[in-house]
Amino acid sequence: MKAIIVENIVKTYQKVLAVNNVSFEVEYGEIFGLIGPDGAGKTSIMRILTTLILPDSGAFQVDNFDGFKQFKEIRKSIGYMPGRFSLYPDLTVRENINLFASIFNTSIAENYHLVKDIYSQLEPFENRPAGKLSGGMKQKLALSCALIHKPNILFLDEPTTGVDALSRVEFWDMLKKLKYDGMAILVSTPYMDEVSKCDRIGLMQNGNMLKIESPKNIEEDFRRNLYAIKTEQTYLVLETLKSYKYTDTVFAFGESIHYTDKRIEDVSVSIFDYLYKNHLNIEIKQIRANVEDCFMDLMRNSNE
Amino acid sequence: MRIIWIILQKEFKQIFRTKIMLGIIFVMPLIQLFILANALTFDIKDIKISIINNDKSQMSNQLVNKINASEFFKIVDYPNTTKQAELLMDAGKTDLYIVIPNNFEKDLFREQSAKIQIIVNSIDGTKAGVSFNYLLRILTQFQIDQSSNLGRKITLGLTELPKIIEIKTSNWFNIKQEYKIFMVPGLVGLLLTLIGGFLTGINIVREKEIGTIEQINVSPIRKIQFIIGKLLPFWILGMFELFVAMSIAIWVYEVPFLGSPFVIIVFAGIYLTLVMGIGLLISTISETQQQAMFVTWFFMVVFILLSGFFSPIENMPPIIQKITLFNPLRYFIEMVRLVMLKGSGFADIKFQLEMTIAYSLMINFFAVIMYRKTN
Repeated sequence: MKAIIVENIVKTYQKVLAVNNVSFEVEYGEIFGLIGPDGAGKTSIMRILTTLILPDSGAFQVDNFDGFKQFKEIRKSIGYMPGRFSLYPDLTVRENINLFASIFNTSIAENYHLVKDIYSQLEPFENRPAGKLSGGMKQKLALSCALIHKPNILFLDEPTTGVDALSRVEFWDMLKKLKYDGMAILVSTPYMDEVSKCDRIGLMQNGNMLKIESPKNIEEDFRRNLYAIKTEQTYLVLETLKSYKYTDTVFAFGESIHYTDKRIEDVSVSIFDYLYKNHLNIEIKQIRANVEDCFMDLMRNSNE
Repeated sequence: MRIIWIILQKEFKQIFRTKIMLGIIFVMPLIQLFILANALTFDIKDIKISIINNDKSQMSNQLVNKINASEFFKIVDYPNTTKQAELLMDAGKTDLYIVIPNNFEKDLFREQSAKIQIIVNSIDGTKAGVSFNYLLRILTQFQIDQSSNLGRKITLGLTELPKIIEIKTSNWFNIKQEYKIFMVPGLVGLLLTLIGGFLTGINIVREKEIGTIEQINVSPIRKIQFIIGKLLPFWILGMFELFVAMSIAIWVYEVPFLGSPFVIIVFAGIYLTLVMGIGLLISTISETQQQAMFVTWFFMVVFILLSGFFSPIENMPPIIQKITLFNPLRYFIEMVRLVMLKGSGFADIKFQLEMTIAYSLMINFFAVIMYRKTN
């Protein structure tokens, strides 16, 4: 029993290929993350699986219902939170959640336990129009509305975009709880630091699914040595390394520079020497690759 | 049914919370009925006239008094020369002037005919024509009065005035030819079209614009339930609007109501479904409320100008007359005037009713198909 089965889905808009032959599966009680830059096709997949648009070809099942024939069944058993805030701004918090509860023929009281953690924070503002809430509060309300009918599968399209750090932590804690209740959660995010919260992730680029793995395995699959270089002169070091004959990849990563070499052995010393000769002072150490490194690596390989 | 009821409640909550909607629904009709009904008029009054009275006889004074007594004319000046009169006209101080010649009275007695010169400023063609006709009417009356006074026929040699046949017109269905009685029923149609029909289109597009339509589409709500839930509130408001507008027409403007209110109510109910279909259709082709507004505005202007609201359809070129067959407002305005002023029943408005029903079915069928495709 899989919560979501996607087989060879293709979707084009006019002539632009948005989703290219993508297949993956999601289990109940699993958080599956769709990771990728803007325009990778994450939202298109979300919209196909939530029955908002039809794919050009391929097949999919959601909650064991066929995506083409039983879309009405699917709509009853999913919750969807679009990337853009899309509740009624002129209805109050209470009215919004009531509306979505009554559409599914349920009530707030019946499923209160599901949304309690986040909705309790909204309760002081129950009579405020949804349009006048802060960004984080809006997201909490949107999630509450998506959950109030106790869906089996939850779709979250970039749920934490524009939400403060603390709210993001709370948000993920909540998802974890839902997951333990057996809910399947498909979430897309452009934030690499949220990736480790997912059970498995699918890395996407230009409509292609590059890789599906658990975050841990993805990191372990990065087989080469990775160096973090710290310096005051980031730009100069970057440029200098780009013209170094052994350089494999080099890119700025936060405050440091991530570097891989074409040679297999530990080359910290020779890099230090090379840059020292060019009058650049650095600190270098070998580090473990994180998901973003793997992602950059995968993107590079698929581009070649 | 339950779902439709839920959407209905939500819609009414939203409508009563949106100030602009409230304005359009409750204030606009009053403005239209109270201001426009008074402003839109072809009656021309207080035409500025100057008289050069060269004769200054008893007879010529009688003529001046007759003009002065008319509600249509206001004598602004008595210039001595045509030169002065021309200056007045150039300055826009007079709309027309007449010259009563020196021997006006003498000629009338002696020759049973005299000449008067009339000069009209024709920049505004309609006004010039109307002014001229009013003046002719006064002169004709003057001629008849004087003839009976003198016991013999006299003529003012200005035009070929009918000497023997006296024309008496009587206006049926709008006895005093009051413009308001003609306009107010038309305004009712205008209001229904705007509120019942076009607001719905904008209202649906709003859900698209704020993205809530996605939330609705991923829920078990069926499209047809959603459409009905969105349209029904405006049908109800449209009918409410009809009662308000008709009440104002009857009690404020004293428009006669010869026919049966039932006919108008039934027709309006059907008519609203038609304009709502148009609104729905507009919503399928628009992405934002602004777009919907522009398309709506375009249709409104065409509908109003080709409806017979201002100018009679019979006066339009044949090809344009054919085009007006596609104008729903035309049928409503015809119907409402016929029923109110002429007392027509269902049998008399069969053509309008059938066209509206057929049109409504067609538009709604098409709109629902388009709606399914685009969303």
